[in-house]
Order: sequence, then C-alpha cells, then structure tokens
Amino acid sequence: MLPTLSSLDPQMLRARLAAPVDDPERGLVIRTGPFVTRIRSRLPEVAEALSVLYGDYPLATPDGFVDFNVGVRRPWWRRGQRAQVRFDFEGQEPFNPLPGAQAVPLLEWGLNWCVSALCHDTLNLHAAVLERNGQALILPAPSGSGKSTLCAALAFSGWRLLSDELTLIDPRDGQVRPLPRPISLKNASIAAIRSFAPQAVVGSNVADTIKGTVAHLRPPASAVQRAAERACPAWIVLPRYVANGGLRWQAMEKTDGLMHLVENAFNYDVFGASGFDLLARVVSGCRCLRFEYGGDLHAAVQAFDDLLADRVEAQAGMQS
Amino acid sequence: MTSATPPVADVDRVANALREPQAWRSASPLEWSRLFGQARSAGLLARVAWVIANAGNRTTSPADPDLTPEALASAGPWPDATRGHVASAWRLALAQRIEVRRELRHIAHALAPLAGVGAPVVLLKGAAYVAANLAPARCGRLFGDIDVLVPRDALDRAELNLQLHGWESQETSDYNQRYYRQWMHELPPMAHRQRGTALDLHHALLPPTSRLKSPPAPLFAQARPLAAAPGLMALHVLAPEDMLLHSMAHLFAGDDMRHALRDLSDMDLLLRDEQSRDRDFVGRLVERGLELGLGRPLAYGLLGASRVLATPIPQQALERVRRLAPRSLLGNGMNWLWQHALRTRHPSVDRPGTALALQLLYLRGHWLRMPLPMLVRHLSIKALKLHETGPATEP
Repeated sequence: MLPTLSSLDPQMLRARLAAPVDDPERGLVIRTGPFVTRIRSRLPEVAEALSVLYGDYPLATPDGFVDFNVGVRRPWWRRGQRAQVRFDFEGQEPFNPLPGAQAVPLLEWGLNWCVSALCHDTLNLHAAVLERNGQALILPAPSGSGKSTLCAALAFSGWRLLSDELTLIDPRDGQVRPLPRPISLKNASIAAIRSFAPQAVVGSNVADTIKGTVAHLRPPASAVQRAAERACPAWIVLPRYVANGGLRWQAMEKTDGLMHLVENAFNYDVFGASGFDLLARVVSGCRCLRFEYGGDLHAAVQAFDDLLADRVEAQAGMQS
Repeated sequence: MTSATPPVADVDRVANALREPQAWRSASPLEWSRLFGQARSAGLLARVAWVIANAGNRTTSPADPDLTPEALASAGPWPDATRGHVASAWRLALAQRIEVRRELRHIAHALAPLAGVGAPVVLLKGAAYVAANLAPARCGRLFGDIDVLVPRDALDRAELNLQLHGWESQETSDYNQRYYRQWMHELPPMAHRQRGTALDLHHALLPPTSRLKSPPAPLFAQARPLAAAPGLMALHVLAPEDMLLHSMAHLFAGDDMRHALRDLSDMDLLLRDEQSRDRDFVGRLVERGLELGLGRPLAYGLLGASRVLATPIPQQALERVRRLAPRSLLGNGMNWLWQHALRTRHPSVDRPGTALALQLLYLRGHWLRMPLPMLVRHLSIKALKLHETGPATEP
C-alpha cells in the first residue's frame, strides 16, 4: 500500500507544498479517487487543512502521471483588507480571486472544477452519492437543500461516502466512480454534524464566503481506502431540509428523477444524445423518491436504513 | 533525471508531439503529464490525441472521422492513466463539432434572404472547417465563436436578418460600437439570445485602415458553395488557398497570440491535406498570396509551420517566401517575436522574453490595424477606460 499523507510530518508537508510553480517534478502529489493531483501552496492554512482533511489519502509517486497541476497563492502585494487568494491551474486562473482568508474553500472548489469542467470521460452530476451493499444512493439537489448535511450524517452511519459534490457516471457501464473528498459543510450544519458525529474531524471555519461560513469534514478513512470500488445506482433521492419539519417520503415519477439528473449534470451537453440514453438507463434501474427532513439527523439516518430494508422486502415479495 | 528514453529536447511538448508523434510511443509518465497539461492550455488536447493515435498516417484522411471517444482512447500508445483524458478531449471536440453544425443550420436559415440578392455568405476559419468537413475539424478542434463574411453592401441586411432570428450585439458602449462600425472589418460580436452562441459578422479580412491592404472582392469571386452539406446549401467557404491566406493574415497581423499554436496547427493540417491531393498546391498558394497582397503573412505562415510543426513544404516555395519576409534587422526582430509567439502558452514553456514579445506583438497588431493618431487615441481611451459604460468585451 502507498504511504498516506499522514506519514509526512508538518515540516515535510510544508516543504513539499512550497515547491516552486515552475518546477513540475515537485509539489505534494496525492491521489483522490481516480485522479492524481499535484498541489503547490506556501500558505500555512493550506498545509494545515491538508493534514487535517487529507491524512488518509495516498501519496502518489512524483514521477508518475499527474492529472491536475494546481496551486493556491496569496500575492504579497495585496495586504490587509485587500489581500486575495488565487487558484492556479496550469499557469492560468480559471476563477476570480477570493478574499485572503478563503484559501481552503478556494482549493476545494478548484479541485471540484478540475473534474466538473475538464473531465468528460464520465457524465458528471452535481450530486452527493453514497454506497451500501454495492448499491449507490444519489442525492441530486441545489445548494441549501441540506444535501451535504444529510450526506455527512449518512457517511458516519454505515453508508460509504463516494462523493459529496460530484457523482461520476461511467458511460460504459452506468456505474458510479467514487471520488471521496472532504465534505463541505455550511453555516448551521457545521454544528449539527459536530453534535451528530462527535468523532468526525472538522477543519477550521472560514467565514464570509459566498456560501456563508464553510468548514470541511474529513471523510471516513474507509471511504478513502475503498475509493476504487464502484457502485451501481439504486436510489435517486431528492432531499429537502424543512426547518422544524418532520420526515416525509414521497414517490417521484422516473421522468422527474431523470429531469433532476439532467438539470444537475455538468456536462450533459458534451454527451449529447448518448447522455440522455445513459441517464435514462440509470433512472430506469433506480427507485426515485423525494425526502423531507427537519433537524433530527438520527431520524433521517434511520429513514434511510428503512429505505434499504424496504427495498430488500420489496424484492423478496416479488420473488415469492 | 535518468531515464531509458531520451528526454524531449523541446520544452514545448505540444509542438513536439504535433511534429514527431511517433516519439511519444515510449514517453515517460512525467512527459505525458507535461504534454497533457500543456496541450490543455493550448486548446490542443484533442488534436494532440488524434495526431499521436494516427502517427505515421497523417497525410491521408482518417478512416473514421466519427471515431468514438472510447475508440480513440484505446487506439493510441496511451498509458492507462491518460486514457480518460483522451476520451474526454475527444468527446468534447465531437460535441462542439455537432453544436457548430447545428448553429450553422440556424445561420444558413437566418441569412437565406441574402442569396436572393446574390450576396454570398461565407464561413471563415473553424466554422468553415466544420461545414466543409476539412482536416482541422476532423482532427479534434475546439471552437469559440463562428465567423461569417458577407459583402460590405449586404452587411446591413445580414445584421438585420440575424437580429430577426435572435442574435444581438454584445457591445454596450457607444465608443466600442462606433469603433467597430467605423473602423473595423467586422461588427461588434453578436450572441444568440437563447442559445448564447457567439457570432462575428465580417465584411473584409482586415480592417479598411490596415497597413496590409487586401480587398475582399477576389475572395468572394473564388468562394465555393457548400452544395453537398445538408441544410447549409446557402453558405459558402473560401477557396482552400484563400482559407489559408485568411488564417495567416489573421494570425500574423493580429494582436492576440493566445491560440497561435492552434491556428498554426490548423494551417499545418490544411497544407498537408491539400498537398496530398495536389502537389502544386503551395505554388498556387504563393501566387494567390502575392495577388492578394498578403506576401508577408504568407511568408511568416509557411516558414513558421515548416519550422515549428515540420509541415512538408517544397524547398522551392520556402526559398521564394523567404524573400517575401523582411530582411536584416527587422527580419531578425520578427523571427524573434514569432519564435516566442508560435508556442504553447504555459509557464513551463515560457522563456525570458516571452512576455515582452507578446506585448510587442499586441502593439504591432494595433499598429498594423490603424494609422498612428487613431491608434494613440484608441489605446488612450481603452487605457483610461473612458468607453466603459457597462459590461463590454475587449475589441
């Protein structure tokens, strides 16, 4: 097994990250799911966040193939209130700079962008995805729907995290290719997850981002270790957080399920007609539901255990 | 670094791969990483993938131009880790080609009334490659906007018909509107209201104020109707010689070198393809270039393609165009500029002087485009941002 990032002491980690931009053979090279990324940054908070959030990720050999070369820097000539952080991809800056304290969210968003904007060998959905018994639960939803909170709660309750943001569907077999990465928690859900799963490791809060206060959650080690095991889509569940609301399951037409996948696909246009066929095939093999939940994450998790059991019963009923 | 394979001498891996694709059969993972990173920056990942997969078989048309992404990813000497990117780049190129074809059908429909008054509607560059199914479009090309050329006296009618079908001008500042309409060879960029697709409507190859004079009439005279393309019958493309000359005039009198290597690679493919059908093609190209007053861009184009991409060009023609390029001090200076410009834009490729060379070419492009007093006025207004009344695109 390859050594993990946690095998580097803080000094070594910082030294690797500090490699100059024009030196393509250095930098911190880690594997996340199917991708190898070389990260460079001299910012202490980036080193800190990597050691907190990415400790279980394998280090890749620096002379192997690297999928993405990224960097995060804070130009020295902008100080104080005017400080900025910039994301560098192969010498270009695909995003506008962010305020100086937002280096860690910028890196996370940048790593998501590398996949969602550049990788069209899979059909990529903006959706959380988890696995149990080889079956994938896809949670497509816009920001603010409570998708990440629910995903984090399930990831610490027996479900294996495949991804919090990017569901990668392989067009050859319709299976989900895992890309486990830290889960992005926003605002009230940071405290909710801390109390739901006290064993969870959460990085520093970063305030005043466009999504409010953001903190990232270290994914369970087993999810990172099993990143090569794919899963077959079985459920499409559209979650919706309703403050002080109760639990509610609602059936959803498969055509609605299909439309939600299409709406949340990053590269549906790139796949064209074959993208429609692929998603139609995925949906036809899935049970499609809407799910409303309130503040009680334990009850929500229980509901998904019921979903799993329901399905088993339904199948047994059909066979008899 | 010790390696069984000889290191690639040229830091511009993209130019190297386009020139010597066979050499990549034994490349190290590190070299593949550099190539893919650079090629993505150059907008040439799909092109590089096609060329490497078809190494040694480049002058003939590909057997299957509608090669699937998975087929290309299993056709070349790709290490496993790169196959996903090969499939990804090819899928994007295929999708963009389909999108451009669809857009061209809309444009043909919108501009059909121009045929009634005998005004040819001519597609330029990328759109023409797709419509006529030419080598650059078959061999993995990414697209930005669609360029259309109509005769000056049909310009108003063309603009009106495009507006009626949903295209609108993207330029909101009065200064820029006037700048384009009075001085440029094209209208301000348009985009379709619903589809968002961008379109540039031209009435000449170069601005009327340009130091390089090339009236468009002879181009229209030689333009060819797209008789065989379904849905595109009302459209034309330039004759192959004119297509190359336009491309060269655009690059070598231009100010924006971001896609210089991609444009040069398109020229390389066109030159290889035309010569495979007609061995005298370059001779006729040179004659036509002189006729149209485009000797210098032609010289820069042929010499550049031959040097950077090893495009096969008859020795005699190279000797001839060498005499068209400027001599002595200016010639050396221009060589230096093109050596920096005709490369991948990537930090691992840039050398000391590259940034300066690109700046000088930016100024040169403006200098060629308009007389000095006008240039000073235009650059001052842009520098002081006096024209900014809203979101605007840079002319």
